[in-house]
Amino acid sequence: MLGASQADRRLLPEGRLAGPMPWVIAIMMFLTALAAAGGLAMGDAAHRLGGDLGRQVTVQIVAADPAVRDREADAAQRLLVREEGVSSLHKLGGGEMQALLQPWLGDAGLDRDLPMPAMIDVDLTDAGRARLDRIKAELTTTAPHARIDDHASWLMPLVALIRSLGLLAGGIVAMMIGATAAAVVLAARTALNTHRQTIDVMHMMGSTDVQVARLFQRRLALDALFGAVVGLVGAIVVILGIGRRLGEIGSGLIGSIALPWTAWVALLALPILAGLLALTVARVTVQRALARTL
Amino acid sequence: MAGIVQFENVGLRYGTGAETLSDLSFSLAQGSFYFLTGPSGAGKTSLLKMLYLSQRPSRGSIRLFGEDVVQLRRARLPGFRRRIGVVFQDFRLIPHLSAFDNIALPLRIAGVDERDLVTPVREMLAWVGLADRASARPPTLSGGEQQRVAIARAVIGRPEILVADEPTGNVDPEMAARLLHLFDALNTLGTTIVVATHDIHLLSRVASANVMRLDHGQLQDPTGALRYPPRPEDYVEQDSGRGGHA
Repeated sequence: MLGASQADRRLLPEGRLAGPMPWVIAIMMFLTALAAAGGLAMGDAAHRLGGDLGRQVTVQIVAADPAVRDREADAAQRLLVREEGVSSLHKLGGGEMQALLQPWLGDAGLDRDLPMPAMIDVDLTDAGRARLDRIKAELTTTAPHARIDDHASWLMPLVALIRSLGLLAGGIVAMMIGATAAAVVLAARTALNTHRQTIDVMHMMGSTDVQVARLFQRRLALDALFGAVVGLVGAIVVILGIGRRLGEIGSGLIGSIALPWTAWVALLALPILAGLLALTVARVTVQRALARTL
Repeated sequence: MAGIVQFENVGLRYGTGAETLSDLSFSLAQGSFYFLTGPSGAGKTSLLKMLYLSQRPSRGSIRLFGEDVVQLRRARLPGFRRRIGVVFQDFRLIPHLSAFDNIALPLRIAGVDERDLVTPVREMLAWVGLADRASARPPTLSGGEQQRVAIARAVIGRPEILVADEPTGNVDPEMAARLLHLFDALNTLGTTIVVATHDIHLLSRVASANVMRLDHGQLQDPTGALRYPPRPEDYVEQDSGRGGHA
């Protein structure tokens, strides 16, 4: 049976890379990989922001009198340790406070006369997150100068934006897959027209549609695989470059946008998926076209 | 002998025009040799196309190997086509394949293992006198050599029916006689041969051949008794109701 032997490959002159399809696929894959990487990074960032950071609150004791401030901070710490739903807490020391203020106030932030609030970072569990209002009420009773900064209140709109961008990236990937399939359909139809005489002769000798389709699907899949690898390599270079630039910024939020190893695996699988897509689309296209003949 | 091919009231119309072929009713006996003759444009190629399942008729019934092929599901056509060898008028060799690969194509389509097809293909190349041209591609072959490759390709699978459309149209008389000898030899092995030609000199070259004549889309001699030149015994056979041919 006609298979992938050398003899069968000779039936269709290879001419690989001579047509535009591999290069079209390369461009598609470059854009697809960038969109996919963006979407995966956004998804991961949204997950982490909405999870870990979204369960964090900062308690500030804003009292001008240092004695009152220290007393209420100690009381707040004792209360929070006992509170159900608090997984950990950490009172910022003087050095940490100064490090926080230094980018904004310069050396003035180190002035001992400048009144600074006492700050306690609190990590909540999901249960603690659910009873945050009650914790707030107990805290303000124990420490009247306490203010609670709920990170989720300003993080959630950002998370929603990141999720939207992730969905947009997913949509772009879907459109790219559709465009890639369309490119394969056009290439398959062109190849069919180019090799019409060979196909007619094969049919007259008793070749089945599956045998004919196998010749085309193999060739188009290899073309697509080549184009996809080229496109992915280009995309990886860009992704690594962007990653390096993000790392240089050093911002906590922007720095949280990173590709997990699972995303790299997904990106590396894209050329194989493109090859399989081309194989399937070519097979269906050729068989449908042949079904219209006798 | 049983009719390996049976046409009954077959008509063929291309598009909305007049019928190219009308009311064809005949039967071809298994293992016989037929010439199909007639002037250019008489419909010989159209009849052959229906015979080798490249064209469905507009009406009527065609039975091949005992089965109605007009309503045959498309998926079953390859199985029938593998039992029919075709020599096309324009050869239809695949230009980028060598003579060897062109001849081997039907065997590869039929699933013959590569190791098992080398010997028969080389024998076939020798049979048509092209043993030293195995690796030559069709564009580098002469018209006669291409024709012989086309014939070798048509017969390599030992078809039950061999259909040849003007197989001697591009060769000199000596080569034509040689090709007919090849067909005759194949016929003696049991293959039913149908050769379309408008070369009336060819008809007398095969002693056992029957002649069918197409004119203006109608079969003039479905009995196959009319030979060129006619022989008195043909009329006797026709009058006595010679079986298997009408």
